[in-house]
Amino acid sequence: MLRTETYTVNFGPQHPATHGVFRVMLNLDGERIVKAEPVCGYLHRGVEKLAENRTYQQVIPYTDRLDYLAAGLQNQGYVETIEKLMEIEVPDRAEYLRIITAELSRIASHVLFVGVYALDIGAFTGFLLCFRERERILDLMEELTGSRMTYSYARIGGVAADAPEGWLDRVEKVVNDLPYYFDIYDDLISGNEIFQARTKYVGYLSAESAVDYSLSGPTLRGSGIDYDLRKAKPYSIYDRFNFEVPLGENGDCFDRYFCRILEMRQSVYILQQAIEQIRETDGPIMAKVPKVLKPPKGEAYHEIESSKGILGYYVVSDGSNKPYRVHVRRPSFVNLGFLDEMCRGGLVADLVAILGSIDIVLGEVDC
Amino acid sequence: MDNKLDSVIKELQEKFSEIKVSEQQVVTVPVEQLTSFMQMLKDEYYMDFLTNVTAVDYPSDKNQNGEEDDEEDKGTMEVIYNVNSITEGYTLMVKTSVARQNPKLPSMFSVWGGAHFQEREVFDLLGIIFTDHPDLKRILLDDSFKGYPLRKDFQWVGGRK
Repeated sequence: MLRTETYTVNFGPQHPATHGVFRVMLNLDGERIVKAEPVCGYLHRGVEKLAENRTYQQVIPYTDRLDYLAAGLQNQGYVETIEKLMEIEVPDRAEYLRIITAELSRIASHVLFVGVYALDIGAFTGFLLCFRERERILDLMEELTGSRMTYSYARIGGVAADAPEGWLDRVEKVVNDLPYYFDIYDDLISGNEIFQARTKYVGYLSAESAVDYSLSGPTLRGSGIDYDLRKAKPYSIYDRFNFEVPLGENGDCFDRYFCRILEMRQSVYILQQAIEQIRETDGPIMAKVPKVLKPPKGEAYHEIESSKGILGYYVVSDGSNKPYRVHVRRPSFVNLGFLDEMCRGGLVADLVAILGSIDIVLGEVDC
Repeated sequence: MDNKLDSVIKELQEKFSEIKVSEQQVVTVPVEQLTSFMQMLKDEYYMDFLTNVTAVDYPSDKNQNGEEDDEEDKGTMEVIYNVNSITEGYTLMVKTSVARQNPKLPSMFSVWGGAHFQEREVFDLLGIIFTDHPDLKRILLDDSFKGYPLRKDFQWVGGRK
């Protein structure tokens, strides 16, 4: 009789399919995974500690560098928390500009996910294809904020600058072009037989364990749980838009992937409404906020739906101009908590498919 | 604010006489009752989603200047749990506080699996020990790292002040 022994293999930290510096300690029995232990922290910069020695405004650029693929969302989450703490009302036009940058960020992040996921599975064409569309969005963002990825565009009380002349028309053009690209993704990637063979019925995640393990975003919705904060607890002005929350059925890698494709189509829908509505909204883009911010003693916790899941900020103020404590609830970090159990019993090759389908960003995981 | 949440908090106050509720509807629970309180939130009030776990260090004034800890240190650490209900839509912030000298409290892993990673993070950065946690070890910092950086008396070498 054949006797087998388990052995350990290190996946990462220097491995392109980990999307950064991330390591999984694999315990293997032949090709089967017995245990997959995630090891993170290679990119830990101590943002939470650094924030304690910065003024409230100085923290904004640090939030860019958490999820650097969707910085617009990270900025929005932080400034809304401070606004909640100080009870600042943001002008309408600023809210619309924030929604537009946030949704563009979400699409940019999801587009990159689609490309990188195709690459993970082995389709190099998909990777290059998706960068083309992302570039168009980044060009728009550069024109508005002066930066391709680290925007720091949302400010406490409003936004940094109004849209330049003609910018909204250019956004509208790109937004209207996007569904055509999504159709191409469906043709090339979603409908691809090899892609489906690699992702369907792989990395099953039941709805119960997804909720139990606090997973969020498309990872949760891929298992069929209808929980999108934009709908469940509308923040900002999301109650003014019509959109749907796409859900998966099987809770496998393909559903998590396809949820994101459908979500991008909904983001396009939101953007079209936002552009239409902002054209009729004039007015200031900053609320009256003192130069030196000293929020009253207290605390605030606020969460938004980022591209990866629920992004929460917990801020404690001691009445001075620097936060006493800032904590970020990072969706990528929490979503990793279930990786081990999703991988168990699967093949080594499936690990890449599963890890890719969670869509992590190491800047956010390690904070 | 939320009427549903109001009635939930009222019911909870009747069942647990020792909890305190602030104006912002933040519930403070004594450590001894934490597990039974959380279990009840999950079982009877459909609070099925633990979004956030974090902690804040509140040393006594003396310790803030970086002086040595003494035996009669009155400082505390607050552990904060944010719990959502997917089905009912409400959300609740629960707090508990532990002594800085001996920061220990029961792990919520038995109630919500999501506590696993986040409690490890709190342990890593603040040195709070969660008893009965299945795998309590450092998660972001190196295993050989000394000290807990998010404590207020943590001294680091160099760097911008």
